[in-house]
Formats: sequence, structure tokens, C-alpha cells
Amino acid sequence: MRSAIQFASAALALATLTLNAVPVAIAAETADPVADARAFQKYFTEKFPKVKLKDFVNGPYSMNEDMHRQWEEKEQFPPYDFSLDAGKEMFSKPFKNGKSYADCFPNQGIGIRQNYPYFDEKEGKVITLELALNRCREANGEAPLSYMKDEMAALTAYMAFTSRGKPFDIKIPNDARALEAYQNGKRYFYTRRGQLNFSCASCHVQNPGERIRAEVLAPALGILNAMPIYRSEWGGMGTISRRFTSCNSQTRGVPLEPQADEYRDLEYYLSYVSNGLPISGPGARP
Amino acid sequence: MSMIGKANALKSLSIVLLIAASTSALAASSEADFKTAYAAAEAANKQAGSLRNQWTTTTAALAAAKKAAEAGDFDQAVASSKEAEALAKASIVQATSEKEAWKAIEIR
Amino acid sequence: MASSIRVRATSSGETTEVQALIQHPMDSGFIKDAKGELIPPHFIQQLTFEHDGKNVFVADWGPAVSKDPYVKFSFKGGKKGDDLKISWIDNKGASDTTTAKIQ
Repeated sequence: MRSAIQFASAALALATLTLNAVPVAIAAETADPVADARAFQKYFTEKFPKVKLKDFVNGPYSMNEDMHRQWEEKEQFPPYDFSLDAGKEMFSKPFKNGKSYADCFPNQGIGIRQNYPYFDEKEGKVITLELALNRCREANGEAPLSYMKDEMAALTAYMAFTSRGKPFDIKIPNDARALEAYQNGKRYFYTRRGQLNFSCASCHVQNPGERIRAEVLAPALGILNAMPIYRSEWGGMGTISRRFTSCNSQTRGVPLEPQADEYRDLEYYLSYVSNGLPISGPGARP
Repeated sequence: MSMIGKANALKSLSIVLLIAASTSALAASSEADFKTAYAAAEAANKQAGSLRNQWTTTTAALAAAKKAAEAGDFDQAVASSKEAEALAKASIVQATSEKEAWKAIEIR
Repeated sequence: MASSIRVRATSSGETTEVQALIQHPMDSGFIKDAKGELIPPHFIQQLTFEHDGKNVFVADWGPAVSKDPYVKFSFKGGKKGDDLKISWIDNKGASDTTTAKIQ
């Protein structure tokens, strides 16, 4: 009897998928990031006319009056304070070889977070801030950090903090590979995955402001601006890598490696379409 | 739904599925049966992996199959392997159909 | 090592408003770690705010309080420049204390 039910669940999964694969007249895939960003921002500002463009970076707090009030109070004494202080200390501490993070970044690493990720034309790939930090460490004889939390979160928290208020300024150079990376990121964002068959868009484009279980869903616009975040659900800090991987497993998809090409491209796309919105990190979330 | 109603519904569902299933789940399975079923499931999951679209439930079913086999319960091991294979195949269908389907929900 | 207690106390008129953020794991003893073993309980049992020799706020906490607890309260009295002493003790006997000036 049990095996029959197991067959049923698998069969149902298949059935659901075929039902969703409705043939539609799909426009040819042309890449026009400028038009995409404009359409993206227009979609959200029209959906939430009372929310100012810059306030979309507050995620669920812009979607719900009561939560917004609680969040304002919390911002007076935010839970990411400890991580931020730790990050500042870590950032200024030299490596064993005498060099420091400041030597790896433009402007000594201060006030530059809004330029990440960027497309490295020499390498032909997207470079995120987290990746750049670990490369800096390895180039200076230090062991790389885990991408998910703790030190990586503390460092990116500090770097985000030095950029607070600065608008996202992601560039797509005139390079076919950069455009392809952007397109890959966009495709990843809208592609359904995991047994639960959700795409990032299922929650963050189709249902912002609605609830998934007890959580209010954030809009995709400005969703990376507050990273890294102290998430009450995690009882601690988490990076962009942590969020992407946990999002995958929440839809019952096996997560990819942190900083996998797909994630780097996804970050590239999501950051680009939020160009103009201010960096608000580090942030706090439920 | 009453208990009898539920039992009847489950019975008819299971009958339908047993007919649909190509192998009989009623005969006792051997270790060889398990190895075949498991290999098929693993192969499908590996293909899903190359498409960067494996499911956590597939991984769990594979683990359950292995665990049952280690305990000598080959009926369960085969059943879990077949479930894993079905899930892996579904994840491949998902990845394949999503190659075009994603465009339908893109904001333009 | 930096204090585990961050505090901000502001006095306006007859009332002083106090906010504090305390860094502490506040393990309930019910959660399992990645290996499947229970993380032993480790939480603040008593938190005290003292002003002018008197306790203005005392909290008796248990495992239900979450990690890195945030406290906000007001008390009558207190003026700018006064000392406010905060201390906590946890179930393992560890403690921390800090003194802040009311602004």
C-alpha cells in the first residue's frame, strides 16, 4: 500500500509539471537590460503605488504597516550591530603578510558595495563582493571563509554599511559574455525548480506582500539592497549565498555550491534591475 | 470523508497505479532487483544533476532505499529506488520544460 | 573583549527610556545541532538595571527568550549624566555588567 502511495506522489508531481507547461506564444529572447530594468521597476511601483521607490529595499517591511512600525523601532537598536562591529574590526586587521583588505579593493574597500557584482572582462565572469573578499584572502595567503555567515557576513555587513544610501550602480559592459551572464541570471530567476516547483518569481514577483505560511513575502525589487541580513528565523547573520542556497532547499531543490555561476549571474541580474535603489545593508529581517 | 470512503478511494487509486506501474510491486524483491532499481534511479538523478536541477526529495528517497537495503528489506529498497527514479525523472522534465516556460512569467 | 551589553538611555522630563541589546546565545536546550545532539541550555536567568542604588528593572528569564535579546522599558526618574548599571547572570554562572550614562 505504501509503495502505491509513493508512486502516487511521484505521479502527481509529474502531472503537475505537465499541467504547468502550457504552451504560450513566447516572444523571441532579446536581451535589453535597460528595458528590463525599467519594466521591472514599473511593475512594482504600479503594484504598490503607496511605496516610494527607495523604500522597496525594506522588503517585507514596506508591504505591511504593522511590521513597518515594529521594524522602525528595531532599527534604533538593530540586531546586526554585533556583526557590524566585528566586521569593522576584521576589515582593518592586517593579514599575516602585512597587507589588508583595503589593498584588494578600489577606494580601500570603503563605499564601494554598490558596484558589486561586476563583470570581469578578463575572466569573462561575474565577480560578487563575497567572491572578491575570498580571492583577496587567498591572494594574501589566508584561508577562504565560508560564504554563508559569520565572518563573511560580518565583512560584507561592514562594507555595505560604508555604502549606505548609495544607489546600486551595476554595469553591463558592451561584451556579449556580460549580456549572457545577465540573461542567465534573469532566466534563473524566473525558472521553476525544486519539487515544489517555485521560481524566485513565484514568490517575489507574483506574491509580494502576501504570506507564505507566517512570513510576508518581499518584493524582488531592491531585495539584495539590505544584504547581508540578521534574520530572526536564522537566529543570526546570513549572506546572499546563504539566502540563495536556503531558498533552493526550501523549494526542495538541491542547492548549488555557493558562488556557483548560476548564483553569481542571478545576483548580477537582481542587482542590475534594482539600479538606482539605495544600499541599505546590513539589514534585519523576520 | 468517512473512513470507509477513504479506504475505498485509496484502494481504487492504488489499483489504478498498480496497473499503471510496469513492474509488479507484489512479488518479493531480491538484492539484485534493488541494485538494478537503484542504479536506474542514480543514473536519472545524475542526469538531473547535469541539468543543475536535482530535488532534495530524490536524495532522500535514494538514502531511504540504501538504508532499507542495508537492513535487508529489499521490497522497501526497491520501492524507494523506484520513487527516487520517478522523482529524478520529474526533475528532468521540469528542467527541460522550464527552458522555455520561464519566459511566460517574465516581467516585460 | 567588547561588552555583550549595548545600552542607550535617554531622559526626557520625568521619564527615562532605556533600550538594551544583549549578545547571548540564549540556547533553550531543546534544539539539536547538525550532528543531531541537543545543544545544552545556556540562557540569561536574571537581568538587572540599577539606578541610584535601586533596581529599576529586573527580569527573570528562561529558555523561551530568543537569542540576542532586545529590551526596551521606561522608568520614572533619572536625569542626564546619571549612571545606569546593567548586569546579567546566566544558568552557567557566567555574567557581564556595564555602566552607561543617561543622555
